[in-house]
Amino acid sequence: MLGLQYDVVVIGGGPAGLAAAISAKTEGVNHVLVIERDRALGGILQQCIHPGFGLKLFGEELTGPEYANRFIRQIKQLGIEALLDTMVLSISKDKKIICVSQEKGLHKISAGAIVLAMGCRERTRDAIGIPGTRPAGIYTAGMVQRLINIQGYMVGKKVVIMGSGDIGMIMARRLTLEGVEVKAVVEILPYVSGLTRNKVQCLDDFDIPLCLSHTVINIKGQRRVDGVTIAKVGKDMFPIAGTEQDIACDTLLLSVGLIPENELSKTIDIEINDVTQGPVVNQKMETSLEGIFACGNVVHVNDLVDNVTIESQIAGKFAAWYAMKHANQSGKKLLNVCFGENVRYVVPHKIAVENPQEDVTLYFRVKEPAENARIYIQSGHEILKKEKRIKVRPGEMESIHIDGKMLESLNGDMTISVRKGGESQ
Amino acid sequence: MLQADVVIIGAGAVGTAIARELSKYVLKVILVDKNEDVGGDASKSNSAIIHTGFDASPDTLESQLVVSANPMYDQITKELDIPFKRIGAILTAVTQEEFSLLNKIKEKAYKNRVYDVDYLSPQAIKALEPEVTDKVLGGLYIPRESIIDPFLLVIAQAENAVENGVKILLSTMVTDITVKNGQVQFVKTNQGTIQTKFVINAAGLFCDKIAEIVGLCNFKEHPRKGQFYVLDKNVPYKVNRIILPVPTKLTKGKLACPTIHGNLLIGPTAEELEDRFDKAVTAQGLQEVIEGVRKLVPKISKEDAIKQYCGLRPVRTPEGYHIEAYKEVKGFIGISGIRSTGVTSSVAVARYVTNVLNNEGLDLIPKPDFNPYRIGIKKFSELSDKEKEQLIKENPKYGHVICRCETVTEAEIVEAIRRPVGAKSMDGIKRRVRAGMGRCQGGFCSSRVLDILSRELNIPAEKVTKNEAGSELVIGKIR
Ligand SMILES: Cc1cc2nc3c(=O)[nH]c(=O)nc-3n(C[C@H](O)[C@H](O)[C@H](O)COP(=O)(O)OP(=O)(O)OC[C@H]3O[C@@H](n4cnc5c(N)ncnc54)[C@H](O)[C@@H]3O)c2cc1C
Ligand SMILES: Cc1cc2nc3c(=O)[nH]c(=O)nc-3n(C[C@H](O)[C@H](O)[C@H](O)COP(=O)(O)OP(=O)(O)OC[C@H]3O[C@@H](n4cnc5c(N)ncnc54)[C@H](O)[C@@H]3O)c2cc1C
Repeated sequence: MLGLQYDVVVIGGGPAGLAAAISAKTEGVNHVLVIERDRALGGILQQCIHPGFGLKLFGEELTGPEYANRFIRQIKQLGIEALLDTMVLSISKDKKIICVSQEKGLHKISAGAIVLAMGCRERTRDAIGIPGTRPAGIYTAGMVQRLINIQGYMVGKKVVIMGSGDIGMIMARRLTLEGVEVKAVVEILPYVSGLTRNKVQCLDDFDIPLCLSHTVINIKGQRRVDGVTIAKVGKDMFPIAGTEQDIACDTLLLSVGLIPENELSKTIDIEINDVTQGPVVNQKMETSLEGIFACGNVVHVNDLVDNVTIESQIAGKFAAWYAMKHANQSGKKLLNVCFGENVRYVVPHKIAVENPQEDVTLYFRVKEPAENARIYIQSGHEILKKEKRIKVRPGEMESIHIDGKMLESLNGDMTISVRKGGESQ
Repeated sequence: MLQADVVIIGAGAVGTAIARELSKYVLKVILVDKNEDVGGDASKSNSAIIHTGFDASPDTLESQLVVSANPMYDQITKELDIPFKRIGAILTAVTQEEFSLLNKIKEKAYKNRVYDVDYLSPQAIKALEPEVTDKVLGGLYIPRESIIDPFLLVIAQAENAVENGVKILLSTMVTDITVKNGQVQFVKTNQGTIQTKFVINAAGLFCDKIAEIVGLCNFKEHPRKGQFYVLDKNVPYKVNRIILPVPTKLTKGKLACPTIHGNLLIGPTAEELEDRFDKAVTAQGLQEVIEGVRKLVPKISKEDAIKQYCGLRPVRTPEGYHIEAYKEVKGFIGISGIRSTGVTSSVAVARYVTNVLNNEGLDLIPKPDFNPYRIGIKKFSELSDKEKEQLIKENPKYGHVICRCETVTEAEIVEAIRRPVGAKSMDGIKRRVRAGMGRCQGGFCSSRVLDILSRELNIPAEKVTKNEAGSELVIGKIR
């Protein structure tokens, strides 16, 4: 079997993998490798031909491929190697990777450090258990995005979209532009689950009906979908009898959530967080296994690629340091970053405090939308930091900056919570 | 016009087993099915257990056939190169009422000559199956209850039958049978007519409809629906054997059972229906499955589900297996009532029916060159690194992983299409090589399999189907 050796090996060539590889190389390691199972680099961005990427990082609205290309160019300029059409089959705790391709067959790669950047997969009809028949015409939104934007196929004429995630709303617009009748976007929550900007630009601007607090309770049709039944749900999320409504359609598109793709991580017992379903990481994006880092959607599902890039640069940098055997700071203390009121999760989950400690940005999502919200960072009862937000929504990731000096002096775990404005602590 | 010695209607477990059995003899055999693929209806949506017959009603045709079929599987699965595991079952009593029934069930097993059934103490059960509820009061161990891949069982027999000369006609619906002077003469289908002396009615749920054609229908079939969940391979609770409930007067209960590919299967419901096409899963049915099975394995959660499905058992009134050569219509062999044990019994039914044919005057001359062996499609994911390397050298398409959840390569998919009785649809691929059967349910690979099917079958993408005509996946190119 062909054997290769690299300082840093990045698994996955999406925006996360690309940014990590570039930053690792710029930190000074010699041999960086990106392994990607697809024919091209760019990950999910290849099929996102709509604009809306890079506002935060570049101050302009790029399409997915444009955004990815800025990084792919850098990869080439820096002489970073990429294995395309190559699937990683297994990894081991001692950082040996086995992958396969048509060209090279099975090959083994030893890595000084590994960055996991495998992205995520979509939740399916079966994962959420929609009752009904099993005809053709039921797709996940990302799959249709690929069928249309990459393979050039149209999937149907009359579509109902379940879930108001970003991909669902973007596909509602895309399908409408292709002349497809989008009958409705059905969302079980009382608010859209994706970005507000996507609701405005993709649904409102095209007069696509949005049914909030509704869900699909039945799928009909023997060979091809010929309709769905939707119903209003109560506070308990259960359908309310008597509110059923049939919609004739030939296609049901699901945009009901993404799940980090951690099948590889699980095989080597990397600690996985229950809420994010991604690896538990510290502020260096290092997982529970030393020298194995993770970034992007494999850690937690991001709505903005810019955040993915930033977090992946961190992963790449520290992977490089690890590979170059930069001294591990001795006597470091490990703080847990816990979450309190109205916080669904926070990343990183842990901070390994060093001396001196750099500043850390915490990324988090709220459970429920709130206006005039106050973000509190506390240690026990002591409030370390407080910040205002006019609006917070579950679909939009929030971040807060934590001062390195403050971390150095901290002696216990830290909790982040979000409360309604006006409430005093 | 096509001619045959024997026409078999229905390419489910039963019809296909008969086809393979008859291919051992010098005969012209044609197997027809209305579906686009072999595999049947009930035969592709069941619990996939090869039963011992321990709990069958003693002294019935069903018990005889099931009991004698079980030992046949060691040999047959070797010949056909398909996976089969004798994992054993534990009938698990969790209430006093259930516990009090164990003795009767064991007696029944002995009446069926299944003598290897034995008592297990709660401690013994917990030692074997730690995830079984702490409330367990005791149970029965049935060591030869086994698991199989029912799709591969049927497909492999069909391939082997074709290899030995059987002709299979798919998308071919039997619409009429002509009888002349009390003797079967023609079988008419939507694809043409076949001249034959013998017709075997193995049409499952629709066998009464076929019987009606020749005016021999003094029974009725109706569907008994069974709904299931398939759970992820990585669930945090491991079940090693088939965990069976103790059937009571009120309910038959729900079982939990590892599948041959390492998932966990839970179900089924038992719902009497009228509509023979009602294959919808219902919220209520699925809820019943979860609640039922959690009485035995409390940790099971529907959050771990990767798939739901349901099957229709062909139930006969009056109930029970029935196989008959009719005097009124010579050459018409009816098989009916093959309800909830038919995957298991199929191979014994095949021998039984062959004997019936012989008694009816069909000459059975063994074929000297009958080849019982079929070689399966090599599964990349199950090979050693050395074998993988070798295979990729021979065929680089083995280096191209298409289904990431089940690690299925392009080479396997292409072979599934090119084989005799090859796959013609997404479901056909799924059942042969498991692409799309994993946790993402084809979210990643369907669009790729679509292109492979289109290329290999030389049809445009908009002609590629999920299964039957009318289940096309895309409607054409975008403007
Ligand atoms: C449909 C969609 C629309 C979006 N729209 C916007 C938008 O408008 N604006 C915005 O800012 N953000 C948007 N986002 C968010 C952002 O683009 C994503 O969060 C980001 O692409 C995640 O990057 P990633 O590198 O983690 O994952 P991915 O892009 O998914 O990359 C992961 C890569 O890893 C590869 N891989 C996985 N496993 C293996 C393996 N075993 N071996 C080899 N390779 C492997 C995959 O092939 C893939 O290329 C969108 C996201 C999606 C899904
Ligand atoms: C929920 C459930 C669980 C079960 N669990 C088990 C188990 O664990 N173990 C076990 O051994 N058994 C089990 N069974 C029973 C088993 O699945 C059936 O007994 C068996 O599959 C019946 O096989 P068959 O070939 O008779 O019928 P089918 O598989 O239904 O095949 C009949 C075929 O006839 C064809 N046909 C009908 N009419 C026509 C026509 N006019 N022209 C042409 N073709 C026609 C149909 O298309 C179909 O392909 C279960 C069944 C169900 C539903």
